[in-house]
Amino acid sequence: MTYSWDFRPVLEHFDMLALGLLNTVKIAAVSIVLGVLVGLVLAMMRLSSRRWLSWPAAVFVEFYRNTPPIVHFFWFFYAFPVLLSVSMSPYVAAVLALSTQSGAFYAEVFRGGIVSVERGQWEGGRALGMTHAALMRRVIVPQAVSRMVPPFIERSFELLKTTALASTLAYADLLYQAMLVNSETSRPPEVYTTIALMYLVLLVTASQLARLAEARLTAYQ
Amino acid sequence: MTQHPILEIKGLHKRFADHHVLRGIDFSVAPGERVAIIGGSGSGKSTFLRCMNFMETPSEGEVWLDGTRIGTERNGRVTYPEKQLCSVRERLGMVFQQFNLFPHMTVIQNVMEGLVTVKGMPKAEARRIAEAELAKVGLSEKHDAWPGRLSGGQQQRVAIARALSMQPEVLLFDEPTSSLDPELVGEVLRVINTLAGEGRTMLLVTHELGFAYHFATKVIFLADGVFHEVGTPDEVLKNPQKPRTQDFLRRFGEFAF
Ligand SMILES: Nc1ncnc2c1ncn2[C@@H]1O[C@H](COP(=O)(O)OP(=O)(O)O)[C@@H](O)[C@H]1O
Ligand SMILES: [Mg+2]
Repeated sequence: MTYSWDFRPVLEHFDMLALGLLNTVKIAAVSIVLGVLVGLVLAMMRLSSRRWLSWPAAVFVEFYRNTPPIVHFFWFFYAFPVLLSVSMSPYVAAVLALSTQSGAFYAEVFRGGIVSVERGQWEGGRALGMTHAALMRRVIVPQAVSRMVPPFIERSFELLKTTALASTLAYADLLYQAMLVNSETSRPPEVYTTIALMYLVLLVTASQLARLAEARLTAYQ
Repeated sequence: MTQHPILEIKGLHKRFADHHVLRGIDFSVAPGERVAIIGGSGSGKSTFLRCMNFMETPSEGEVWLDGTRIGTERNGRVTYPEKQLCSVRERLGMVFQQFNLFPHMTVIQNVMEGLVTVKGMPKAEARRIAEAELAKVGLSEKHDAWPGRLSGGQQQRVAIARALSMQPEVLLFDEPTSSLDPELVGEVLRVINTLAGEGRTMLLVTHELGFAYHFATKVIFLADGVFHEVGTPDEVLKNPQKPRTQDFLRRFGEFAF
């Protein structure tokens, strides 16, 4: 017997899915911004010649690279509140998990961009009498940024997809809302096909925007 | 009357880990002198030049610029405050084998960069100076080009203009023509020659012995981490006294004076 598709029950609950999509975008946007901040701090620590700064940052990055993302969600939701004796909403726990994860990866992206700038560029600036700060600002960072853009975008897409794990904490993202709609309609093929398409549209739109940004930031090459 | 040296080096040593590259060099440059430094590859010519403007930190020894000792000595340890090193580098222009132009800036922006960022000069004034320096190296028509679009010879002339823009008291050239195609060497050497005619103080590391002969007031043959032979171009390049120098010059074959 073949399954007879009927999207009407799902579309009747489309407002719930739309809310989920909005929450997914919100948590992704907030986590990208915070992740960039975490990543900048970690990257500066890792680039430092002081071991007591670079070493903890390296450990942090390695920790996140070598543990499953869902463990971070559970840790921030179930373990962290116990340690601090505070209560933690699913939203805050998910943002903490996402922004520390992406921060660890962004740190590598930022550091990789900086160290990819040839030694001659440092020397060219230094020989003019630039201070370290001026050299960074005028010579190194502008060149590094254009090299960071592609891996940065790739990591941000990874983050966008990882937001679905927030549903395990009952955060009302797109996947969680789909589970609710599914329990009301009992139409798994339609529900999950619909949200798969919604994720697809979201990511394709984001990648178009990213391509515009990339073209602007890498103009001189 | 002998003028007091603009640049003076005392007991300079440089080690990279346990590789002892420079082994005690004393040296001084009077204003207007042009010094050519020759020697085998890996003999430490670049390292020597780079110790002058602290692109490398000397392991031992003193560098004096216009009568001032660079660095502060405390309890036998010398530290080099960033501010002081920046001002030393500002006063000693450097031109590299690989040009090291900034690829994300146009030609004129490259030449203005030091004036604006280091000297804090208003852009309009910096642009005027940059235009004059670019005219001097024959690149007036390339203001708005990206460095990556220029030939190696043109890039090196931009790099010279960039160094000149800072009005340096001494110019350091580290094999400025070594990465150029042979047909582009001439245009760069001509620019350097013009600078010689202006009485600028210059140190030039080079393998262009013919050019060195005409250009330099003093020639140094660097070997085993010391100044093996020092003298006028005629003394060092035509009548070298030391077997090691004679050997080096013989291996270079004939060069046209
Ligand atoms: N940053 C560095 N670290 C370690 N060794 C270096 C460094 N720079 C130069 N050297 C070594 O010092 C020696 C002299 O190098 P260099 O001054 O570049 O020689 P030259 O310019 O005469 O060819 C070489 O053996 C080189 O490998
Ligand atoms: Mg060299």
